[in-house]
Amino acid sequence: MSALTVKGLCKAFGGLHVTSDVNLDVQPGERRLIIGPNGAGKTTLFNLITGELTPDSGSIALFGQDITHVPSRRRPHMGMARTYQIITLFPRDTIIHNVSLALLGLSRMRWNPLIDMKRLGHLTEDGRAALDRVGLGHLADRPLAQTSYGERRRVEIAMALAQSPKVLLLDEPFAGLSIDERRDVHQLLLGIPRDVTMVMIEHNMDVALEFAERITLLHFGEVIVEGTRAEVVADPRTREVYLGH
Amino acid sequence: MNFWLVLAVNSVTFGGLLFLLSAGFSLIFGLMRIPNLTHGSLFMLGAYFGAAFAGGMLGIMFNFWLATLMAAALMAALGALAERFLLRQLPGQQLAQVLVTLGISFMVADFCLMVWGGDPVNVATPAGLGGFIRVGQAAFPLYRLAIIVIAMVFAVALWYLLDRTRLGAMIRAGVDDPDMARVVGIRVSRLFTIVFALGAGLAAFAGIIGAPILSVYPGLDQDMLPLALVVVILGGTGSLLGSFVGSIIIGFIYNFGLALLPELAYFVLFLPMLLVLIVRPQGLFGRQVP
Amino acid sequence: MSARIAALVVALAALATLPFWLADIYYINVSSQILLYAIFALGLDVLVGYAGLVSLGHAGLLGIVAYATGFMLMEGLGHPLAIVIALAIGLAGTAVFAALSLRATGIGFIMITLAIGEILWGLAYRWISFTGGDNGIGLKTRPAPFGYSMSSPYTFYYTTLIIFLLSVIAMAIFVRSPFGAALRGTRDQPRRMNALGYHVWAIRFWACMFSGLLTAVAGILFVYYTQFISPQTVALTSSAEVLLMVIAGGPATLLGPIVGAALVVVVKSVVSGFIERWNFLLGAIFVAIVILMPEGLVPGSARLWRLAWRKAGAQRAKTEGKP
Repeated sequence: MSALTVKGLCKAFGGLHVTSDVNLDVQPGERRLIIGPNGAGKTTLFNLITGELTPDSGSIALFGQDITHVPSRRRPHMGMARTYQIITLFPRDTIIHNVSLALLGLSRMRWNPLIDMKRLGHLTEDGRAALDRVGLGHLADRPLAQTSYGERRRVEIAMALAQSPKVLLLDEPFAGLSIDERRDVHQLLLGIPRDVTMVMIEHNMDVALEFAERITLLHFGEVIVEGTRAEVVADPRTREVYLGH
Repeated sequence: MNFWLVLAVNSVTFGGLLFLLSAGFSLIFGLMRIPNLTHGSLFMLGAYFGAAFAGGMLGIMFNFWLATLMAAALMAALGALAERFLLRQLPGQQLAQVLVTLGISFMVADFCLMVWGGDPVNVATPAGLGGFIRVGQAAFPLYRLAIIVIAMVFAVALWYLLDRTRLGAMIRAGVDDPDMARVVGIRVSRLFTIVFALGAGLAAFAGIIGAPILSVYPGLDQDMLPLALVVVILGGTGSLLGSFVGSIIIGFIYNFGLALLPELAYFVLFLPMLLVLIVRPQGLFGRQVP
Repeated sequence: MSARIAALVVALAALATLPFWLADIYYINVSSQILLYAIFALGLDVLVGYAGLVSLGHAGLLGIVAYATGFMLMEGLGHPLAIVIALAIGLAGTAVFAALSLRATGIGFIMITLAIGEILWGLAYRWISFTGGDNGIGLKTRPAPFGYSMSSPYTFYYTTLIIFLLSVIAMAIFVRSPFGAALRGTRDQPRRMNALGYHVWAIRFWACMFSGLLTAVAGILFVYYTQFISPQTVALTSSAEVLLMVIAGGPATLLGPIVGAALVVVVKSVVSGFIERWNFLLGAIFVAIVILMPEGLVPGSARLWRLAWRKAGAQRAKTEGKP
């Protein structure tokens, strides 16, 4: 059974077809890379998969279960997590609070208006563990406002991982990072165990290619090439899409 | 039959006044993305100033129309100052700007009470327009017809401004997409000041020419602001045509509503507004989502 | 930490003994007013400060409860029944209010709440057969809980104080709870919260209900305090005033709305004895705070205090450092 199956996904805004008949079949534990020039519709595809956008037609299945009409807020509960291209963290809080919110999102406790949140010790413990895994354990109590961009990227990934996802969608996790920071995040991603299936959108070819096992190339919302890393890199259509000839 | 005809004409007159009031409100909402909660106060303050100029303040009794222009100009200037020195301190913070307009409305309301007291100020119908026109059995007040004509003239003038002048093109660009407008080189912050001043001047103008009919009293701002709100929400922000059509419709609903269903008059007025807001909240901003 | 507790104890002691050191009945009544408006402001703060939703229609919610109470008392119901039914009506009204307003956020939310407030005001003003129109509804008596008649300003003050303290405790518990954290999350990053598995609309809805509950309680206290309800209470200016309390005092704090309520009530009642045009003053204060101290008086003053403290400390270090 594949981890994530997308069949015939279509989305149009007025006359603009941002997603045209996209098919995707990601196996459990796979490292899939989605590439394509600007405007290819990669982030839109992610938004459709997470449910933030409703497709015009097509279907999405998570480990065999059809989630096409499942509201986006339910999908994390089913094992789908995602990071964003533009960092969307909670600026007024500490790092540990940010991660705790991620953990709380899957817990029934999130509806409780009576107990003091500080008493949810297990939440904080799991949060600190998640931060340790991304190498930020020592910064847990630091206010987010006092962290660097690279650290925030890692907090984002920690929040996604904290939810123990089965499928992790990463939207340009290397965007805006320095060379050192990219190395750190790369190490982090390599260290993620195989029970997490990963799909990544990335522009940064040097790190992304290392990461990818299979690659899907999108252009104008359509899948142009798909295959193993070697296949896609060698395919003449890839050159055409990026270089125009 | 007479009754309905007179009511209809009054509705169109009121619609004309509403148009002058809401056109500015709509432009400000469309361009600056804020409901200007001072707009009713500008209407009222302009009316007070106009009444003062016409009534012999500054030692001279100005001609009604001159007083009108003076008051409108004065309010436009004050509007520009308010935008420049208060609203512009909060660039991009729409919520905060709305709160500032709220605070200013408090200040203006009290200022008017301070200066002009609690009694309504009556303004005489300007010379030459005090009579009636007889059409068959019905008699229509000349002044009300004059207001309709004035509103039409301004409607055309505003349309010309927006559609045919460079300033208008810049305003429309700003309403459409302020960021893009900036990229293209349009000084959007200066546009804000101009449009706010224009809105203030129009509101004041509406206030004074409406004064012989509505008179000027404390609470006038609270009466007019919600009406401008309803017109603009029904007609669409930043849309001149929407303001025009919306004003006439609301003019009718308001006058007929008060005459036929006085107990539910406000309900009938605000329910459509609520429905539009609920069904199409994004309709307020055209392409942008609040 | 102990300084805070000490301050809290002093404040509680002062409030508990207020009628003894503030002998004038006028000021005792003003204090009751401050307390009930503080509850109203705290209720609005749930939305403004913690949910990030600015409402310009909350006076409408207060008005529903106040009018319901007045109407039922007029129809001959006893106080306890009238209060219970009025609270229920208030909550039902809040649910409708929330369902309508939560169609939008930001400016859209402000506009819808403003529209609802105006509709309610219009009903209060024009539906004369029910509300008495501009004449309003007068209340002849105040309730007498446990035999203590609230007609006495002392009893009224202490009853209001107890309800106020319960409200503050409720707010504190709410704010510190996981739900409170989730609500703040929806304020700061609604899209991210959705992606983390939270039901953003439902969280906001229940926040509205909590806000409505506090507002309803304030409404009951209000209508018994003034023993009168008229359309003026439901007008836009009233919604603007309570918003001013929250914004001036400091949204998303516990102390802010209380300070804000005190500020506005004092200006209206006490200062108005000296300055006739207190609305002008309120408006000016509002504008000044929004532009100069947007976080509100309580956090803003705390920040300035810390700044001054640090500067004094640095100054001391400088003079001591130099031999």
